[in-house]
Order: sequence, then structure tokens, then C-alpha cells
Amino acid sequence: MTTLTVNGKEVTVDLDPDTPLLWVLRDELRLTGTKFGCGVAQCGACTVMLDGMPRRSCITPISTAEGSEVTTIEGMQGPEVTAVQAAWAGIDVPQCGWCQSGQVMSATALLQMVPSPTDEDIDNAMAGNVCRCATYVRIREAIHTAAKTLEG
Amino acid sequence: MKPSLRALAVLLMVAAPATAQETLQPPAAFDSITDQTARSAALFEEMGKVLQSPRCLNCHPVTGGPTQGDDMHKHMPPVVRGEADFGAPGMNCSTCHGSENVSFATGPGSIPGHEPWALAPLSMGWQGLSLSDICVQLKDPARNGNRDLEALYKHNATDGLVGWGWEPGEGRTPAPGSQADFAALTRAWIDTGSACPQ
Ligand code: FES
Ligand code: FES
Repeated sequence: MTTLTVNGKEVTVDLDPDTPLLWVLRDELRLTGTKFGCGVAQCGACTVMLDGMPRRSCITPISTAEGSEVTTIEGMQGPEVTAVQAAWAGIDVPQCGWCQSGQVMSATALLQMVPSPTDEDIDNAMAGNVCRCATYVRIREAIHTAAKTLEG
Repeated sequence: MKPSLRALAVLLMVAAPATAQETLQPPAAFDSITDQTARSAALFEEMGKVLQSPRCLNCHPVTGGPTQGDDMHKHMPPVVRGEADFGAPGMNCSTCHGSENVSFATGPGSIPGHEPWALAPLSMGWQGLSLSDICVQLKDPARNGNRDLEALYKHNATDGLVGWGWEPGEGRTPAPGSQADFAALTRAWIDTGSACPQ
């Protein structure tokens, strides 16, 4: 049995302790906003917040998340994610959309830590989020826009 | 996994088989060297098999971020050292590396983990250095985290992240010997005057 908090709600799952958190989110809790891409920590599509820090859920055994607070794209709240969402919609960042919840999670985490990121900060923080539609240029622009919105 | 991806994974495994684990000679193997300083230096050279194994070198780079794998290729995804030797804000080491090694759920291989997981500080970088230079650096408190020889022994003998080198998870060749062997060599090296190879 593993008990954790997902998007503010306590959940208990009875699964093999090695089960990846991503499987739990998608298959058990039906939170399908978090995507599966590579399964080997190479693409970032499965990014969630684990105790407030970005974490690839495909390589996170459920046993290691015992007692943790998980926030998925569905449960994100706060000024940073609101600004990111608006900036994303403003210039239509997504193409097919597959990578985008991961991109939004990483971008939000970056802005929480570095309110006015440089291009280099963005490249470093987003390097683990692959976009097969190559929306990188718009992602960078939208992060700068979100940062400006947050400055007020 | 898609069939094409599975084929690729199998190919990669065939192309890069994990090599058999090397052993370390015990301190007694050096007893025949009568000159103590020469014996000490020889003991350090044996320790060097560990210090210069990919398991140690990969996270002791001298520039930029870590390397990875037995062939020490550039870390993928690209990562930077960051201010705290822990990656960039928004993508720290812990974004992917957890408190233990984790086998991939979808195919062969694993992602390494340990608590803590971070790069060795820049002052302790030794990729590409000669064993002689590594030795001098290792003994220098200004560059070794202010450790005297006893603290260095303790680090080699008991540190968990050092110990990870012998338990690196599927797909990575462990460091030669064992941490206990490495500790015994370190002890003998210190007791013989901690000489460095030329
Ligand atoms: S699915 Fe987790 S990083 Fe690709
Ligand atoms: S929008 Fe298609 S993968 Fe990024």
C-alpha cells in the first residue's frame, strides 16, 4: 500500500512498489494530462511536481513517493502557471500538444525559481523537455512573455 | 515499446556489453616493494583503478556538466553544473535521479540514483588529469573539501555516494573491486606516507 497526496487529495494505491508513478496517475487515477513518451527520463513529457519540485514520473517508483505531494498539470495553481497558460495560448505554442503538459510544468517550475530567466536559464531548465514538433522558439518566447506578465 | 525502439535497444546492448568487473589487488600484494615511498605510490596507482573508472570520473568533470555511461559520453539530456553542483534551476539532478537506482519499466537499463546525488565540486574535478595530478589534488585541503588524510580515508571507506560506484545499477560496469578493498588500499597508502606516483 502506498499513500500519497495527488492534487490535494490523499490517495492510497495497492500496487507493486516498483510501479512508476506515471502509471498510477494515468491508469489508476485517470489523470491523463501527464503524458508518456520515452519511459527512460529522456523526453520530459511525464513531468509532475513532487513536493514542489519537477520530477519525471516515468522513473519514479511509487514506493519512493510514499507520503509525498504530487501535483499534475490538472492540479497546478498559482500566478506562474496562470501566466504560463496565458502566454502559451497567446501565441499558440502547441503544435500536436503531446509534449506540452511537460513543457508547461518545467516552464512553471523555472519561473517559480527564476522570475526573470535569461535565454540561457530557459535553455538549461528546458533541455530535458523534447518537442517532436520543434515548438522550442515559441516556448522560449512564451516563457519571456509570462515572466513579463509576472513582473506586473 | 515500439518494435523499432526495442530493436534499437537490443542493438545498443549488443554494441556496448557491460564488461566484466575488474578486481583490486590487496595491500599485501605490494609488500615486496621494499622502498616505502615506492610502495605507497604503487598502492595509490592501484587506488587509481577506482578513481579513474567511469563510475567516478563521470561526476568529477573539470568543465561543464557530467558525462555518463561506460564510454563517458555527454550526459543526455544536456545538463549543466549549476551553482550548487546540482543542475540548473528548473532541472536539478533530482528531476530525474532519485534516492535509489531505478530499473526502466519499459525496457533494459536503469537510471542511477542515491541520496544525495550531485556533481563533485569543481575543485575536485579530475577528468583527463594524470593519476599523479589527481593524487596531489586529492591530498590538498584547499581542493578536497578541507579533508585531512583520515577524513579522506573515511570518505573512501564509508561515503554512500562513493559506495554507489560498486552498485551502479543495470547497464553500468561497477568500479573495480569493492569499497572495502578500496578502503584497505587507502589505509595502506596513508600508512606508508601517502606518496604520489610520478
Ligand atoms: S516519459 Fe518520462 S521522461 Fe519521457
Ligand atoms: S507540440 Fe508536438 S511534441 Fe511538442
